[in-house]
Amino acid sequence: MSAVTTHHDDHAHEDHHHGPPPGLMRWVLTTNHKDIGTLYLLFALTMLFIGGFLAMGIRAELFQPGLQLLNPDLFNQFTAMHGLIMVFGAIMPAFVGFANWQVPIMIGAPDMALPRMNNWSFWILPFAGILLISTFFMPGGAPAAGWTMYPPLVLQGGMNVPFLIFAVHLLGMSSIMGAINIIVTILNMRAPGMTLLRMPLFVWTWLITAFLLIAAMPVLAGAVTMLLTDRFFGTSFFNAAGGGDPVMFQHIFWFFGHPEVYIMILPAFGIVSQILPAFCRKPLFGYESMVYATASIAFLSFIVWAHHMFTVGMPLAGELFFMYTTMLIAVPTGVKVFNWVATMWRGSMTFETPMLYAIAFVVLFTIGGFSGLMLAITPADFQYHDTYFVVAHFHYVLVTGALFAIVGGVYFWLPKWTGHMYDERLGKWHFWLSFISVNVLFFPQHFLGLAGMPRRIPDYSVQFVDWNVVSSIGGFVFGLSQLLFVYIIFRTIRGGAKAPDRAWEGARGLEWTLPSPPPYHTFVEPPKVTEADAHS
Amino acid sequence: MNMCPGALRKWALGLPLALSLASLSGSASAAWELNLPVGVTPLSTIVYDLHMLILWICVLIGVVVFGVMFYSIVYHRKSRGHEAAHFHHSAFAEIAWTVIPCIILIGMAIPSTTTLIEMEDTSDPDMTLKVTGYQWKWRYDYLEDGVTFYSNLAPESRRAIYEVGGPQERAEKYLLEVDNPVVLPTDKKVRILLTADDVIHAWWVPELGQKKDAIPGFVNEIWTRIEKPGTYRGQCAELCGKDHGFMPIVVIAKPEEEYRAWVEEQKQAQAEAQTAALREWTRPELMAKGEAVYASACAGCHQLDGGGVPHHIAGIAGSDVATGDLDQHLKVVLEGRAGTTMRAFGTELDDVELAALMTYQRNAFGNATGDLVQPATVAVARLNLGD
Repeated sequence: MSAVTTHHDDHAHEDHHHGPPPGLMRWVLTTNHKDIGTLYLLFALTMLFIGGFLAMGIRAELFQPGLQLLNPDLFNQFTAMHGLIMVFGAIMPAFVGFANWQVPIMIGAPDMALPRMNNWSFWILPFAGILLISTFFMPGGAPAAGWTMYPPLVLQGGMNVPFLIFAVHLLGMSSIMGAINIIVTILNMRAPGMTLLRMPLFVWTWLITAFLLIAAMPVLAGAVTMLLTDRFFGTSFFNAAGGGDPVMFQHIFWFFGHPEVYIMILPAFGIVSQILPAFCRKPLFGYESMVYATASIAFLSFIVWAHHMFTVGMPLAGELFFMYTTMLIAVPTGVKVFNWVATMWRGSMTFETPMLYAIAFVVLFTIGGFSGLMLAITPADFQYHDTYFVVAHFHYVLVTGALFAIVGGVYFWLPKWTGHMYDERLGKWHFWLSFISVNVLFFPQHFLGLAGMPRRIPDYSVQFVDWNVVSSIGGFVFGLSQLLFVYIIFRTIRGGAKAPDRAWEGARGLEWTLPSPPPYHTFVEPPKVTEADAHS
Repeated sequence: MNMCPGALRKWALGLPLALSLASLSGSASAAWELNLPVGVTPLSTIVYDLHMLILWICVLIGVVVFGVMFYSIVYHRKSRGHEAAHFHHSAFAEIAWTVIPCIILIGMAIPSTTTLIEMEDTSDPDMTLKVTGYQWKWRYDYLEDGVTFYSNLAPESRRAIYEVGGPQERAEKYLLEVDNPVVLPTDKKVRILLTADDVIHAWWVPELGQKKDAIPGFVNEIWTRIEKPGTYRGQCAELCGKDHGFMPIVVIAKPEEEYRAWVEEQKQAQAEAQTAALREWTRPELMAKGEAVYASACAGCHQLDGGGVPHHIAGIAGSDVATGDLDQHLKVVLEGRAGTTMRAFGTELDDVELAALMTYQRNAFGNATGDLVQPATVAVARLNLGD
């Protein structure tokens, strides 16, 4: 599709012809990147609350020893579905929503390259979600073998097994289509003068993430298809009694799973790299090294997978290889953190809500990185593996990492998307409530894990009571605080102070040259991008 | 979805208890625990030292990085009138903060590598223990001495799980106590072979400094040398289904002579069990033993009251099997039910245990069949099924 479609003399005239059709069908039939971006973000928000409800159930059960609310089987369903819904329903679609809204208006393209596929890749998601969640109401209940779906345990599931597998297939298809669309858009539809190394860092991180998606998702599809044939067609891929190997599933799953981890964090790096310079009023430090660091992390993600399975009994050489490669990830990740700190250094900082989230991201993601480095040390990992230490680690990188970047990004671009400023006072309340409670929630889980509490258990020995009580209280406050987030978003959609085109004093980039909210079609005539108004 | 009976009421009743536990137990020894145990083996001690080394390196880097950042946050703010600088690149800085972390990482990798090599060296053991994971119990085989037993969650803990009002506090080592603990000699290199019967489990005792998966169809190995007599507790660490949280591990380390005495005791008990199968048992004897066998082998799924789990696991109380034909009932218990979680208990329980269990199931929970099942009946049933 050409960047220049129709020619019109003035914007107002063009809007008149190309505005959205009224009613519900606008959302069903839309091929507009802004509408689809909104749909993705609202879907992710809904899933965040469904997954969050499950998390509240988990924390309520773990609030005291003994079983009060959930029987052990239902508890396992909660943990498995919490993971699946948060990973595939909340975090990933939220980032695709950001990509849909932001990539075209950041590179000066009129829309995504493949708008009809864009519509399809979104509308698969609600059906996949319903397929997955409906298993709760089936005889035997939802999948209960963890989001990692390890056989042979996962194959003991009842009716939910084929539903789980087809839901994963659909979610994977949606992701792959979204990724293809993003790559084609970025490589073909940049405005004149928007060279690759002038692209905003958010666009760069998404370009690299999209390649990871295309490489990783089919591997997951293969793994779950083998589960399907093992269960229903008499194959023995993962059944030792038939000559198969249950550990092979783990190798295949984590060959997908580790790139997946970076799929959920690289766009977060991108968002934070947009927010920090804007509120420091200073260009991003080390732009090129940020791009190279992102690419290095993406490459390394394919050769570290077995650090998720150090305890399966690999040969010594294998354990050493995966320990060294995993430790190596600390280098490019460190480069990113140092660059962010250098960006802040001698800036002229203000601390609006997006900036608060970005700073919290840098600090708390780094803490998650430290525990990641500890987990990389194989002999020590034998102690940490499958304990709450791991739970603390990946929630630091996924909640205070990925989710905080998403929330910060929403506050950052909400004025652009809606045309209204959000309520800064409420935004700060939301930040401080979330920031304090999330640390009360997850930091004690490090202690629980080190003291010997395994993950995925519905009940625990009384020596673990204290930190579990603390963690649960943090969890309840964190969960409730997110209701404030929803209130702020909907209030901003409905009204509020008018946002200027450049909503933030220090914000640089093409999206801030557009009106707030931008018209339905933007950059129908591509802008000319010079060195000066390229990335901040 | 089915929740625990009376779920919300039970939860609310326990609220004040949980809060008071958290505030009072500050004085208790294991509460508010922050760190890894040092452990009682050479490996666990090295691993602890390695853990602390890496932790302190991380803390140090954190202090430097966050220190610079917070200095900047305090002093480089617009409200203080700080003007933004315009620098955005420095090849020197980029090279420095690539090379320095690499050097630190090499410093970490060297002790990690030597430790790992030592951990993986299972050669020349003094004895070998084979551990098999089941849903949801452990089986231990002492390969040299021929001692074999199953280790289940202690009945006292199992009874406390669904109670309200603090029985978990009163139960001895709630969820960390078993009926048959593993006994190992101190100061001997013990090789532990790990495998599983059904799904993947993981055997972990923190104070021994080792964790390894028990995988069906494969044998993994670890080793340990316990230097201090004592009782060490751990849990299954790989999600293995419904009762994953309820299959603890207890290792008792004894000096060599005491350990040998224990082995002899076990051998004698196994011999006595064989002669016990030859005599007639009375109803009270069978009912008492049956209740104990039921609590360890069956209650995990079918529940202590025989009620089962609605929509998941059939009850024993009033069930067609437990009140119907005895041979059919025996067949189900000996061979299990294919395609369900009802496992075959034929190899796990001996004739006396099965006879007692049959008698108990057919007369408890209101199942008033009046049947009395003798070990000989079980032995005959085994032969018939073997055809």
